[in-house]
Amino acid sequence: MSKSRFITIDGNQAAASIAHLTNEIITIYPITPASPMGEWADEWSSRQQPNLWGTVPDIVEMQSEAGAAGTIHGALQAGALTTTFTASQGLLLMIPNMFKIAGELTPTVFHVAARSVASQALSIFGDHSDVMAARTTGFAFLAANSPQEVMDFALIAQAASLQSRIPIVHFFDGFRTSHEIAKIESIPNETISKIISHEDIVEHRKRALSPEHPVLRGSSQNPDVFFQARESVNPYYEKMPDIVQTIMNQFAALTGRQYKLFEYIGAADADRVLIIMGSGAETAQETVEHLCKQGEKLGLLKVRLFRPFDATALITALPASVKKIAVLDRTKEPGADGEPLYKDVLSALAQHYNGSSLPRVIGGRYGLSSKEFTPAMVKAIYDELAQEQAKNHFTIGIYDDVTHSSLNWQPEFRTDAHDTTFQAIFYGLGSDGTVSANKNSIKIIGESTDKFVQGYFVYDSKKSGAVTISHLRFGDKPIHSSYLIDNGDADFVACHQPVFLERYTMLDKAAENAVFLLNTPTHADKVWQTLPKDMQQQIIDKHIRVYCIDAYQVARLTGMDKRINTIMQTCFFSISGILPKDEAIQSIKNAVKKTYGKKGKRLVDFNFRAIDKTLDKLHEVDIPDKTIGDLAIVDKVTSNAPDFIRKVTGEIIAGRGDQIPVSLFPTDGSYPTGTAAYEKRNLALEIPELDIALCSQCGKCPLVCPHGVIRSKVFDEKLVASAPPGFKSMPIKGKDYPQQLHMSYQIAPEDCTGCGLCVDICPIHDKSNVSHKALNMIAYTEELREQEKSNWEFFLMLPEYDHSAVKTGTIKGSMLLQPLFEFSGACEGCGETPYIKLASQLFGDRMLVANATGCSSIYGGNLPTTPWTKNLQGRGPAWSNSLFEDNAEFGLGMRLAVNKQQAYAKELLKQLADDIDGKQGQLVTDILNADESDEQGIQQQRDRVASLRKKLESIESTAARELESVAENLCRKSVWIIGGDGWAYDIGYGGLDHVMASGRDVNILVLDTEVYSNTGGQTSKATPRGAVAKFSAGGKPTPKKDLALLAMDYENVYVAHVAYGAKDIQTLHAFNEAEAYRGPSLIIAYSPCIAHGIDLKNNHQQQKLAVNSGHWPLFRYNPEHAKQGKNPLHLDSKPPSIPYREFIETEVRFNMLWRTQPEVAEKLLEQSQQDVLHRYHFYEQLASLPWDDDAPTQPPHRKLAEALKTTMAETGNKKE
Amino acid sequence: MIDLSTTYLGLKLLNPLIPSSSPLTGNMDDAKRLQDAGASALILPSLFEEVVHHEQKQLEKYVHLQALGHYEAESYRPVPDDYAGEWDSYLQTIQNLKSDLDIPVIASLNGISSSGWTDFAIDMQQAGADALELNVYYVAADPLQTGEEVENRYVQLLTELREQINIPITMKLTSQFSSVGNVVNKLQQAGANGAVLFNRFYQPDIDLETLKLKPKIDLSNPIESLLRIRWIALLRGRVDLSLAATGGFHNNESIIKALLAGADAVYLCSVLLEKGPAYYAELLQQLAHWLEEHEYESIAQMQGSVSQQCAIDPATFEHNNYFDVIRNY
Repeated sequence: MSKSRFITIDGNQAAASIAHLTNEIITIYPITPASPMGEWADEWSSRQQPNLWGTVPDIVEMQSEAGAAGTIHGALQAGALTTTFTASQGLLLMIPNMFKIAGELTPTVFHVAARSVASQALSIFGDHSDVMAARTTGFAFLAANSPQEVMDFALIAQAASLQSRIPIVHFFDGFRTSHEIAKIESIPNETISKIISHEDIVEHRKRALSPEHPVLRGSSQNPDVFFQARESVNPYYEKMPDIVQTIMNQFAALTGRQYKLFEYIGAADADRVLIIMGSGAETAQETVEHLCKQGEKLGLLKVRLFRPFDATALITALPASVKKIAVLDRTKEPGADGEPLYKDVLSALAQHYNGSSLPRVIGGRYGLSSKEFTPAMVKAIYDELAQEQAKNHFTIGIYDDVTHSSLNWQPEFRTDAHDTTFQAIFYGLGSDGTVSANKNSIKIIGESTDKFVQGYFVYDSKKSGAVTISHLRFGDKPIHSSYLIDNGDADFVACHQPVFLERYTMLDKAAENAVFLLNTPTHADKVWQTLPKDMQQQIIDKHIRVYCIDAYQVARLTGMDKRINTIMQTCFFSISGILPKDEAIQSIKNAVKKTYGKKGKRLVDFNFRAIDKTLDKLHEVDIPDKTIGDLAIVDKVTSNAPDFIRKVTGEIIAGRGDQIPVSLFPTDGSYPTGTAAYEKRNLALEIPELDIALCSQCGKCPLVCPHGVIRSKVFDEKLVASAPPGFKSMPIKGKDYPQQLHMSYQIAPEDCTGCGLCVDICPIHDKSNVSHKALNMIAYTEELREQEKSNWEFFLMLPEYDHSAVKTGTIKGSMLLQPLFEFSGACEGCGETPYIKLASQLFGDRMLVANATGCSSIYGGNLPTTPWTKNLQGRGPAWSNSLFEDNAEFGLGMRLAVNKQQAYAKELLKQLADDIDGKQGQLVTDILNADESDEQGIQQQRDRVASLRKKLESIESTAARELESVAENLCRKSVWIIGGDGWAYDIGYGGLDHVMASGRDVNILVLDTEVYSNTGGQTSKATPRGAVAKFSAGGKPTPKKDLALLAMDYENVYVAHVAYGAKDIQTLHAFNEAEAYRGPSLIIAYSPCIAHGIDLKNNHQQQKLAVNSGHWPLFRYNPEHAKQGKNPLHLDSKPPSIPYREFIETEVRFNMLWRTQPEVAEKLLEQSQQDVLHRYHFYEQLASLPWDDDAPTQPPHRKLAEALKTTMAETGNKKE
Repeated sequence: MIDLSTTYLGLKLLNPLIPSSSPLTGNMDDAKRLQDAGASALILPSLFEEVVHHEQKQLEKYVHLQALGHYEAESYRPVPDDYAGEWDSYLQTIQNLKSDLDIPVIASLNGISSSGWTDFAIDMQQAGADALELNVYYVAADPLQTGEEVENRYVQLLTELREQINIPITMKLTSQFSSVGNVVNKLQQAGANGAVLFNRFYQPDIDLETLKLKPKIDLSNPIESLLRIRWIALLRGRVDLSLAATGGFHNNESIIKALLAGADAVYLCSVLLEKGPAYYAELLQQLAHWLEEHEYESIAQMQGSVSQQCAIDPATFEHNNYFDVIRNY
């Protein structure tokens, strides 16, 4: 057997490592949870890490998974070893090419982190709905159940595909396996060389398309031959299972790890057998082994090769004693009489079973979208099988009170797998380094002991203030538990943030005699009374030892600022006893050194100091024998909230979503809006305070607030009398508003994230103390919270100002409109959300939103809550997300529906005119001729339609009923198509282009962060030259695509390039003009993002630098102006006034390149500097072209084309 | 042939003109040009511990600790395998200059923490620096801090460093001590090999539009040289360490005056930034010419010849000279 070594990695890294070693070309596209595979491959290639044969694989990012699949197809046909990584919708986009690749018997492996396909909702979590959707493509399907198997099967798949010529989808469960960190045995290169047959590779290359030996491949065939040709591949599929098994045997001989197509585990004389595929099989194995030790006659069959499905191998693997079988599918096929694996097993048995009596087979669904699948659930299935009439088509893991499909299980059931395992659970904040410290701990233990390790990480849906829960296991035996640490099981529970005490019942997880570690500013002597009463009782009852440390104080004292990760890690090692203390501390120090290296020596010093200081500050708490006080966990949602909010939204917020029964869920995926307001997160350490003596009422603070927590209202001064003490208001300034009105700027304290951008933008300083502004951040104390809560409640009760009376062309005026997008969970200081909020203020009460998948769909629509909300009249944006790739088309569909129904309504109106108006009436005429170009007109039309509805009530005809159902479309609706640059520049560009060309009245808002932000900052075509992003680790060598210019080329598209932090009024004008323009409008909005490597506190400054350097010129192109004989293009920013270097030096995405490749950085900077100067020069020329109607032979596009030619010539000359 | 050589910090130099800390001395091309122009040594730009500290914190935040706690992304930018930080680059620069140049290379350091000073200094010595200049650059902003406490900072720092490294150390000082001479004396006793008179501080400026502060550095003015010349003259012969004049030496006249006053070396900065490295040769030539014209045989012969101890009217260096100045205005 070859030498091998243990490594501690996750499933994605395991797959990517083999893929990178055994391929020449890898096409990639980001999609969760598969993105890390592409990132690893890209990183290795960018470091010039070669494959098995000594050459560095070429990594190519495409514009979509469809593009990646097409490229693979071409590369394979030209003879290269090629692979890709994907999941979910990405795999679905590859299906057309998969049919071709398989149809042409082309060897390749697609590594898939299996994930739910979006249906009633998008979900990024694991199940088999994607691979099942692709199962008819002709690809083989090989399922790996654990990170070890991922590495092993990646290799087996590669070898088997080359030998059999059948392409393989090698899949493993998204997150559960792709992101689970485990200690696995790596495969030495010499073993890989022995498994991959050189002859097979040569054969593959020989089949390549080549002009040296040309063939025609991919022909078009007629009815006479297609069928026969399609059947010609059958022998390959017949041989495939044997090939896979042979390679598995060969692999076993080299590594000692034996796999089988169908692998049986359990009693040789089992009467009940479970058949399952994927990570759930690990849990099932643990359970079966436990139950068999108890004397049960049970068995488990793991399905490894799902396609081609070898029925004989399946039956051979089953014990002859089997009487009952349960087949579990991790997918749902609505309308089918069973899911795919179940039906395959049924048909296999029906066709090939030779035993005396056919076993009874039931099928069930489990684990959709990573729903927990525990030993208790496995046992429940065996128990069900024991029943005389076992339930078929069951579900397990949920409570189905609608069709009663679910099986009950006993949550308290445990296997003996963890009798000697150490289980630890840690509650932290996403930004406090808890997860990275835990990953570090896993590696330390995995690499410095013989123990097996497992790490899995659970997050909430938010990007600001996200809560992380780390589940770590360490044991002497292999760990098969592909489920979370359950109640009563954790030997160690750590709370890294004291605020969690009032939010989570953390000690539910604690086992008897567990250790609880708490980071708290309270001294050990006084900690007891700060714990909720129930927690105190649990500590007493379970004999839990409690330790506490003021980690933030240690961090401050040792120069670590707010970073507590190594401090808490040191506490864990010193009190858990998992390693000898000194050895553990040395290991942490070694890990710190390894992380920061010699280059980060100062950081190493600070960390060492913190580690050394930690033990002095760690104290054990004396546990009294009784509880003190009556602190309790706070329920987030008040009892007076609507029923649905309490029973569903509130339960999800409280972390009890698993317990919500089927009956409470909307059947079509529709949820109420306005729910973010219920989720009071109290994240801020400081909140803004207004000094009304200084406030100029400019309205900039509500404009820039990314979370919609600072609002302005004007109201009758009489209402001030009923305000709570401390409520601030002032007489309104300016001529636009009547006297006797008061104005207030009020903060929603519990929703503020404390980002400070409102204070940053505030232009008013105290003349005698410039550090004091009209708005200032002050400490968010308990007292302030109570005061501002009552102020906020009063503010909400104040009437909204009449929309039609508001001057929406001014910042001050537009900010009086209620934001119908509030309290999103986007990153603190997000650069995208102010744009969305602005649109919701201006047009929200008549807005339909098509939202591309990405950051904006996650902070916009990820349960439990949504920031999209409605006004007092119940009107507000109606929001939906279709896919990533089709958002423009989705929005266009909305516009088509509105227009068609409006036209139909008008037809009906005319038809019913006499009934509605009689001889004297005007209503029909007024509705038909309504001018809705301003808010007043829109309101009048709403009133008319309300009158129409009343009249229709008394008209008895089918036409009247029809009109009632479409009458709302007689009022103007505003269709917004919103998404990021990944969508607009890349995957959705084809659709976007088509929608712009359609001339239809839609508003397209591109939130341009210049990377795929949501999936972790991968390069898009919006990424600027010289930026270091994922998939462009060496700095993007090509310039940013000029989307605005492409759109302007259509001439009938309103185009605006905006950056609110640089020029807010231009942004406001652009939004108003885009909506006013009755054709397609495109607003490309500069959106600073954490991916830029900036502190978002500097969001506005970065926007100004982007504009002043010429990186982001501000302009508007209004086709209406051309009709009036004016140049449609107007430049709103001045020529670049600062060197480009000055902008990029402030962002890590750019300046990182100077530290890694200074010469490349300089070269790219020089080119970028030229880019921005040329671009501005070009726009300047376009904007200064004379534009009159006297020359009909010179239509606008000609002028643009000519200008373009001139500039190109000039640019060319300059370059020369 | 006139002997232009001098001894500074125990280093035998070809001439007393030393290009001091500036962007020119930190890059190989300009450094070579300076050597070609006759430069006798180089003072590297200062390595500021504060800058290194800031950079490392930024790297930690934006590279090592990127996670937000979001399922779809554990990081937002690739983590480079290797990168060159300020510190590495500085040490690399010392090594490169040492291997490619023949003249002594003097490193310059500004620390903020005790460990910062010593760690950096040790590394600089290991990288091959011939001497170390401590650019203490301390603004005593706290009104409760006494002058003695400030002076003790310098002495203590030097004492600690002296124990750690054995290459010559020179102290770049501010003119704002109550008793410059006493400070230099104390530093000499604590092991300093030289004193550089005087540092020029970046001064914060107020932007009249934004009312925000912004740091500002102006190139020196020739008039500033007189303060340096005066103090060199006062100290020459009274202290036993090397003296260098820096700040405002733009022309031959001021250089000669500094040497006459007793400087072992004269630092050049603004003049080279303004006129380029090649101007060094011109200044050197002018110096040689003046010496020749005035029949000096060597620099050593003239050095300190107009110090306070040797001056015709020594009291003038000490007096306020109000009388003469006002009368002649």
